[in-house]
Order: sequence, then C-alpha cells, then structure tokens
Amino acid sequence: MNYQPVIGLEVHLHLKTKSKAFCGCSTEFGKEPNSQVCPVCLGFPGSLPVLNQTAFFYAVKTGLALNCSIAEFTKFDRKNYYYPDLPKNYQISQYDMPIASEGFLDIESEGKPKRVGIIRVHLEEDAGKLIHRDDSSCVDFNRAGIPLLEIVTKPEINSPLEAYEYLTLLKSTLEYLDVSDCDMEKGSLRCDANVSVRKKSETTLGTKTELKNMNSFKGVRDALAYEIDRQIEVLGSGGKLIQETRLWDPQKLKTHPMRSKEEAMDYRYFPEPDLPPFVIAKDKCAQIKREIPELPRQKVLRFMKEYNLSAYDARVLASSKSNALYAEECLVNYSGKDKKQIVNWLTGALLSQARSRNCPLSGLKVTPSDLIKLVGFVEKQQVSALSAKTVLAQMISTGRAPEEIIKEKNLSQICDESSLEAFIEEAIKENPKSVKDYQQGKQNALMFLVGQTMKKSKGKANPKVVQELLKRRI
Amino acid sequence: MQIKEDTLNYLAHLGRIELEAQESKILSGQLKDILDFIDQLKKVDIKDVSATSHILSISNVLRDDLSGESLTREDALKNAPVKEGNFFVVPKVIE
Repeated sequence: MNYQPVIGLEVHLHLKTKSKAFCGCSTEFGKEPNSQVCPVCLGFPGSLPVLNQTAFFYAVKTGLALNCSIAEFTKFDRKNYYYPDLPKNYQISQYDMPIASEGFLDIESEGKPKRVGIIRVHLEEDAGKLIHRDDSSCVDFNRAGIPLLEIVTKPEINSPLEAYEYLTLLKSTLEYLDVSDCDMEKGSLRCDANVSVRKKSETTLGTKTELKNMNSFKGVRDALAYEIDRQIEVLGSGGKLIQETRLWDPQKLKTHPMRSKEEAMDYRYFPEPDLPPFVIAKDKCAQIKREIPELPRQKVLRFMKEYNLSAYDARVLASSKSNALYAEECLVNYSGKDKKQIVNWLTGALLSQARSRNCPLSGLKVTPSDLIKLVGFVEKQQVSALSAKTVLAQMISTGRAPEEIIKEKNLSQICDESSLEAFIEEAIKENPKSVKDYQQGKQNALMFLVGQTMKKSKGKANPKVVQELLKRRI
Repeated sequence: MQIKEDTLNYLAHLGRIELEAQESKILSGQLKDILDFIDQLKKVDIKDVSATSHILSISNVLRDDLSGESLTREDALKNAPVKEGNFFVVPKVIE
C-alpha cells in the first residue's frame, strides 16, 4: 500500500459556437447525418479554413480563467493521421504554440486545498463520428470541424477523488464562463486520463497507461481506482507494466487493453499553411479578462463570508451559475438573521425537486420572494414544518403564492390554546393508560399523547404548544 | 542524402500507399533529389532573418461566428465510393 498514484487528465470540450471552427456549417447537435458539412470541413481540394473568432476568444477566456499565460503569438499546426473520421487526413490543432499555458485550478479534496497545474489549453477541431457495424463503419461528418478545446493538467493529481473534484470544479468553471454545454452525454465534454503508480520514496514517474471511454466523472473516478489497484497488483507480484491504452468498460467495471494494429503514432506535425498566425494584443486580453464573471471558487468563499454559510452549503449552491444566482437572490432578500433557515430549504427540498426534474432552481415556478414568504410563515409558526413541505410541493406544481395555498388547503398551524383544547381533551380521554404512565414518570408517554393530539388536528396543531398544554393538564 | 529502403517503406506506410519495387526505386531517387534541393537552404546566411511560421506577413484573419449554408446531403455524398442512407460507409476499422 506504499504506492502513490500519479494522474494527469486531458479534457476535450466543444465550444458553444453557432458555426464550426473553420467554416460556417452549423454545430447544432442531433441533426440528420451529413447535413451540416461543406467543402471546408469535408476537406475538398482548394477549400480554405478561416478561424471562428468566437471560438478563438472563448479559448483565451478559458485560459485566463484557469490562470494561464496567454500567448502573444500563436499558430495552428497539422496533426497528420489516417482514420475514416478525419476527412482531410489531418486535424488542425496546435503543437508548440498553444493559446494558453502554465496555469492552475485550485480544488479541494477531503477538506484539503490542492492546486492542480494546467500544462496547456489549445484549440483544435473535432473529428466526425463513426458508427460501427459488423462488417463496416458508417461516418457522420456533422461533428467534424466543431471547435474543440483541449485542457491538459500536469501529472499532479494523486487520487481518483482528486480527479473527480478537479473535473467537477473545471466543469462548473466552464459553465460559469458560458463557453460550453459541458454535456458528457452529447459528447461536448470528454475526458481521458493518464495514470501510473510509484513507490512513495521514488521521484521518477512509473510506466503509465492511458485510459479512455469514460462517459461520466464517476466513470473516470471508478476507472482510475480500478487501474491503480491493477497496477499495484502487477508490480506487487513482481510483474512489469507496459505503456498502453486501456478502455474502461462501465458494465464490467474493468479496464481492458485497446487492441490496435497501429504502432506508435507519428503525427508529423507541421505549421498549417492555410491559416496565418494570430497575435493576441494585451488590451484585447485585458478586455476578455474583464468579461470573466465571478467564478465558482470565489463565489463559495464569498457566500461563506457574506452569508455565513458552511463550506458544504456554499459549494452546493455555487456549483451551478444559475442556482447560485437564485440562491443569492433568496439570501439577500431574506431578512432573518440566521440564513441557515432559508439555506436548508434551498439545498434540501428545493434542490432535490430541481434535480429530479433535471432543471435549475429557477425552473421550478417558485420565485425567491415566495420561498422567503414560506420560510417566514414557518418561522412565525403560522405553518408547521411538515405542512410547509406540502405547501412547497403545491408551489412547485402550480406556481401559486404560499399564502393562497395555506388558506385554500386550510394548512395554517393552530397555536391558540382555546382551539387546541378540544383535541387535547379527546386525546386524554381515549388514552388513560398513557396519562397514567406519564404521571408515573414515563416521558415517552407524553410524546405519544402529543402525537395523538396532532393526529386529531390533522397535523395542524403546533406540537410545542400541545406539549406545554398537555404538561399543564395532566 | 541517400534514402534507405526502410525509411521509404515507413513513409509509404504513413501515407497509406503501396509501392511496387520499381516505384520504390524511382521514388527514392526523387526523394533524394528533393532533399538535396532543399538542403541548399542550409547554406543561406539567416543571421538577420527572424523566424516565421507562415509565408505571408499577415495575421489575425478571423470571421464572425455565423452559421451559413451547408451542402445538400446529395451533394455531400455524391462522390462517396460507398454510401448508405445519409452515411458514408467505410470498411470496418475496429476489431
């Protein structure tokens, strides 16, 4: 067990542009195969690429958000290889002059801060999509040419959990930047991992394997955990590891070597002659930097400081930009001293409803001001916590104000003694044994009588008041 | 500079072309001539010439992110040796 895992992650990201990286074809997902192609992205002779400036500036923006240095001078290169999903037989990519390099992302893992170094962020184009059949493969080039950002970390991640935390924060950061959909199901965010293990005393890296085919962050975490165990087992039993690419099988929860007839790739990179180079002026860079919104980590720290939230609550609320906006509107306008009262509703009932509907908090028909009203009713004991849940469910399904629902469903809590008297009387009458038990010192018996009274009031009685009244009566 | 047979075969493989023995002989001669021709550049004094990655002294040619017309599917697939429905079809590429 004295091995240390060393992990590096490579994320590929579709940028959220209307048109492809080098031509005007639409990037819309899910259209008829080969309906969004043109001479440029099909690699017809004589066609010329022209870079999409939105893709270019998104790359710069992402680099800045990841604390990278932005290249003053950058260019594109051809990465040559033959595969049927690549119509030109080369991919336009960046080799030795990426748009951004030498950055970092500060994450937190098991309560401890950790800085993950970023080697580079570069812009390239995606390949087409292959659908494999028994005897042949079908090719759809709609995806070919979609702007793709590659973000590569240093080999500084030391556990599957750290990898998971990095990916989660990276995704959230990218969503805040609004540069990508980050939808793994649609393939707009993909992740490969390089992993090796070494004895804790060693400083050189062990033999690595490259893991592919993980289709969720959980998949990345599980694949890494499996692969680390496998490598330690091989080394522990005196075996030797070989450098190879392995595929994650999410059904069998195992990695297996990718069978490939190819020898080591030799991409023969050379400068793309069809694209002149790019100069990123300092003032343009500064302008893009000003457009970067408050990012998730800064927001978490501010939520903790300004609203006195726990680190956990702050992280949950800040993980999505839209939810953070909604939460902050609630937090600012909620006049109660203890923000926890409203935070519990946000991170609890409301967020779980939003998740089950796969929508943001703002998609639930409950306005922040209505939520604040509801929490206020609970605090003033005008409605019980239990009834409030029913009210919230109604608010979510109808979008109506809480006071209307409380009135219509007759859910307001009964606090005044005279109205409760009758229920208590009945409960005492029907349960003489419990009354006796309580009088003989059994505390549980009192709680039973409270429960019986609650039942008679159809859950509307205020349990605290009932308890006090019962104590006085018996 | 002589081109070794191994080098030529490797290049042919990278380019996915098959060469007959006769063709190999002709091509290795031609490759040698090309490399020798390019090698003349080594003699040029470039002390005062700055490095470049592009032949034209222009930069930042960008276009607005607007999506325009694509080819019709018929046109896109017109020259495909094998097609099926809306797809290009190729020999199976994975085992």
